[in-house]
Amino acid sequence: MAKRVLLGAAAVLLVIAAAYASFFVAPEERTMGVLQRIFYFHVSCAWAGLTAFSIGFFGNLLYVWKRKEQYDWLGVSCAEVGVAFTTVVLISGPIWAKPAWGIYWTWDARLTSTFILWLLYISYLLLRTLIEEPDRRALLSALFGIFAFIDVPIVFGAIRWWRTQHPAPVIMGGPNSGLAPGMRATFFFAVFAMHILMWFLVSERYSLEKMRSDVELLRQEAEAT
Amino acid sequence: MKNLDSIFWAYTLGWAIFFGFYLSVAKRSSDLRAEVERLKKSLSANSREK
Repeated sequence: MAKRVLLGAAAVLLVIAAAYASFFVAPEERTMGVLQRIFYFHVSCAWAGLTAFSIGFFGNLLYVWKRKEQYDWLGVSCAEVGVAFTTVVLISGPIWAKPAWGIYWTWDARLTSTFILWLLYISYLLLRTLIEEPDRRALLSALFGIFAFIDVPIVFGAIRWWRTQHPAPVIMGGPNSGLAPGMRATFFFAVFAMHILMWFLVSERYSLEKMRSDVELLRQEAEAT
Repeated sequence: MKNLDSIFWAYTLGWAIFFGFYLSVAKRSSDLRAEVERLKKSLSANSREK
């Protein structure tokens, strides 16, 4: 319990510090001006979401291999948290796009693959509500989770493989990409803060899933007596 | 300052989603905790009857 409170407090303090750094520490970008400050929030949320899906993918793989319910809990916790982060990305992106591009949305490779990723994990969560039997639910959703993860490298690669509306990557984007030192430090700090927040939410969601399993055991015990 | 409203809405809606998600997890956890307590009480009542 104390660990969870500490992690929660660390997450809140870090994201506040990251927001402060985004507005008051990072230098202003020349072409977009103050609007570019959405970048620190939008991209760090996207990275944290993709990390959550990646951890969930390993949870799904391990469930298929070892059939331990803890891996199923990890898979669903990461999927739900990943969906929350991706929802933020899909909302903050168009809000940034409207003044920058003149349009809220376009069906370019990065935007479309991100939207499909969101739909895939929403389907994963819906699938879980349709199957009553716990082992069958865990196995089928783990298999579906492995399939859904195929879109994660596509989202990552979309702005590297195809040149469309979304800007080219500034991190890991090749020799002509990069950020000014002040921007880079703020960006990586924001990414770190969002990952701590993501881990806090995953751990909270994992505890919920563990409790659900306890309730199921108690119910079976109550039925047997 | 130009485009400040866009930044305001991006951050506000983003944090509202995280806060809403956390509240939904907290609500589900509290419901399950109550259910655990109820089941434990009913189990101990059953064992006392026996």
